[in-house]
Amino acid sequence: MSLDQSFVGRVYPPTEPYEVGREKIREFAAAVGDTNPVYRDPAAARQLGYADVIAPPTFAIIVTSRAAHQVIMDPELGVDYSRVVHGEQRFEHVRPIHAGDALTVVVTVESIRSAAGNDIITTKGDVSTVDGEPVLTALNTLVVRGVSA
Amino acid sequence: MTDVGTVLPPQTFTISRADLVRYAGASGDFNAIHWNERFATAVGLPNVIAHGMYTMALAVRVVTDWAGDPGAVVDYGVRFTRPVVVPDPDGAVLDVSGVVAAVRDDGLAEVDLTATVNGQTVLAKARATVRPPR
Repeated sequence: MSLDQSFVGRVYPPTEPYEVGREKIREFAAAVGDTNPVYRDPAAARQLGYADVIAPPTFAIIVTSRAAHQVIMDPELGVDYSRVVHGEQRFEHVRPIHAGDALTVVVTVESIRSAAGNDIITTKGDVSTVDGEPVLTALNTLVVRGVSA
Repeated sequence: MTDVGTVLPPQTFTISRADLVRYAGASGDFNAIHWNERFATAVGLPNVIAHGMYTMALAVRVVTDWAGDPGAVVDYGVRFTRPVVVPDPDGAVLDVSGVVAAVRDDGLAEVDLTATVNGQTVLAKARATVRPPR
């Protein structure tokens, strides 16, 4: 099955704001086993020049994968979610996420291609604060395994 | 000044089923292939596999621990090439190493990461761009 190429370039509406909390950052840092105090202690974060505790480099997946689901779950596109695997991931940070950020994501379908019987979809998530300050861009590539693969 | 070829201190991570459950909760990714053996094998996997994002998060520790300031990582990307199978109760052992592949004019270092399980590469094109430690 080939996915509809006309989805390339489609832009989805901004996601509902996600409020980044200190406890969520601590929980995520603990889950990845990282004891760096800059994730936990506002004083340690201030010493490095940050307004509040910052989030680990891959924390953004919490907001960007949710946003990318708008595409993957779009009934018009018709992806079989049970066949989806994560192919590639990239985060380009303007600055680290920190506690107190209210983040919204605008997702664009960057490319849709086929390779070896699989469909490969790349989405771009532009993450900014609700005030319009850019924070990062996430590139998320998902592979929809072909039925015969 | 950081030189091309600088080797970052390598790290080894043990990944257990409990780690995957904790990461599922923290990240919100509750796909059953990451915690349910019956489900994972039914969809053709050898066993429960780690979240790719969990492996990605562990691998960058080599860079953030070296830099000191995790906020110094401005760009980080990987390709997921092979699932990290996590048997119970033994778990999986992930080895991560990094080397400075390039230093840009603005002083940022591009670090190439190698992540393996049992000697097999699990991430490809794993590269982080980071402000090096002073």
